[in-house]
Amino acid sequence: MFALDPLFSGTFDGAVFLIVLAKVVIAFALLLVSVLFMIWFERKLHADMSNRLGPNRAGPFGILQTLADGIKFFFKEDLLPDRADKRIFILAPFLSLVPAFLVFSVIPLGGVFTAEKQGIVTVFGRETYVQLADPPIGVLLILACSSIAVYGVMLAGWSSGSKYPLLGSVRATAQMVSYEAALGLSVIAVVMLAGSLSTHDMVMVQAGEGFGGILPRWNLIATGVVPFVIFVIAGTAELNRPPFDLVEAEQELVGGFHTEYSSIRFALFFLAEFMNTVTMSAIIVTLFLGGPAGPTFFGPALMWGPIWFASKLFLFLFMFVWLRATLPRFRYDQLMDLGWKVLIPISLGWMLLLASLNVAGDAGWNTFVVAGAAVLIGLVAYLMLAGAIATSARRREQAELEGSIR
Amino acid sequence: MHFLEGLAPELVVFVLAGLVCIVGALGVVLNANPVHAALSLVATLFGVAVLFLAQEANFLAAVQIIVYAGAIVVLFLFVLMLLGIDRAEDLSVDALGGGQRLAACILGVGILALPLLAFASTGGEATGARPPATAANAITKTTPDIAQLGESLFTTYLFAFEVTSVLLVIAVVGAVVLARKVKRADYVEDPLTSPPSEVPT
Repeated sequence: MFALDPLFSGTFDGAVFLIVLAKVVIAFALLLVSVLFMIWFERKLHADMSNRLGPNRAGPFGILQTLADGIKFFFKEDLLPDRADKRIFILAPFLSLVPAFLVFSVIPLGGVFTAEKQGIVTVFGRETYVQLADPPIGVLLILACSSIAVYGVMLAGWSSGSKYPLLGSVRATAQMVSYEAALGLSVIAVVMLAGSLSTHDMVMVQAGEGFGGILPRWNLIATGVVPFVIFVIAGTAELNRPPFDLVEAEQELVGGFHTEYSSIRFALFFLAEFMNTVTMSAIIVTLFLGGPAGPTFFGPALMWGPIWFASKLFLFLFMFVWLRATLPRFRYDQLMDLGWKVLIPISLGWMLLLASLNVAGDAGWNTFVVAGAAVLIGLVAYLMLAGAIATSARRREQAELEGSIR
Repeated sequence: MHFLEGLAPELVVFVLAGLVCIVGALGVVLNANPVHAALSLVATLFGVAVLFLAQEANFLAAVQIIVYAGAIVVLFLFVLMLLGIDRAEDLSVDALGGGQRLAACILGVGILALPLLAFASTGGEATGARPPATAANAITKTTPDIAQLGESLFTTYLFAFEVTSVLLVIAVVGAVVLARKVKRADYVEDPLTSPPSEVPT
């Protein structure tokens, strides 16, 4: 269960170095291409959903529009606001971009995940995984990167030396820090099942048939759907995408934290945002839907890993666009209530339930008694929480009433 | 790689990460702008995380980034921004008075002397040396460090762990009590925050 990339088990020589270099280039190029695709896809699909044409000038179906926009960004004048903190203003876009890239390095992209192959492929006589890196702390690296990404948004808003970006970045920081908790708590359920933090092991655990030979052995089902739903909601909030895009609420904040940014610096934020969308989808696929693992039909077995991965990824990219096209934006207090009073308690309760079932399975206790007791404890905790929330709401109402009489 | 032979990678990592730590620490002390100082602190935390990684304490490195860089310094910055004390301070106006300068120097030298003494007492073996491996503390390649850490937290150090969690709960309760608005009959409102009509004339 604790297997490192076999590439580094031997001596570290030129061939290994070249393989690692090739992997870096491929992962980088793949992410950039998928981002180019995602920007076009979002604009086109959103246009379809709102009965517009969308980009249709550059290339067939407007597919080269993103490239044209990128070139335009390069040649625009780069403005540096007078009251900006120069050094940090320049640094901030990179602080957004680098974590977005780093997360993609731990995502398994392919490989045959059977008991004998273990997702290992042979390149130039060397055995390795089809992922850039498989650190033993894979999932924590993802969480660490998402917590570092806060800095880009926060410092961009602060260093602009202007009101609206600062307000936007304060909102964004509060939102991202709050939803990180729910994100981390829902990941724990997956980690408990896999017994490992490595993303490769996660995919390995989910490979093969489960539950009557029809359903896949995905964590989505094995953890009981709830952590998946919480992860998707918290992930959307972490990305600052609609319906959680208060960070750049145009009506209130002009453009949010990147109001003062222009030219290529703005393009970097834009790139990071879409890159985060792609990587978040990839993380969801890896943690809950078995990543590149899936049945193979015809042709070489190796071909099916990337196909499964890409099709699962596409599903979530579609979902993110769909959410943006259909859902109205949350109000700020609703956003905070959802994060702290709904998602975090539910994920905590679910984690305790899964943990107690896990222990019960190991110790050979009666599963139904343990589940019943856990549900009872959860119910008591829920009643206490509901009581506390109701009391505070009543007090606040009373205070407001007294205030209005005065 | 041929050009890497003869050059211990551990030493290179240690020197680079140590340099980042020291430069960051100096930045915290010397920067007049609090936001720049907080960012230098992040650099130091990253350096320490790399040092943890070099010692194969993967979990500690990740937690260092998530908790310290990702949460605590973010809160520092958050408070700096909200309170609007994010402009550089002119230290020549509000200089340290009394024996503060002297006390700071003595304390600094004392703190520096501690690790130097420890370094000297082990005969220069301050980095990279692990305690002799026994069955209890052996770092093996077969069990991940997070499993070993969890096991010792929930067996050997269970009491300390639980007491720490109680301490955190007390801190949370204390913060809530401090932040709470008290409504009492004999409560005198702050004239600065209450409407002007209520200020006794």
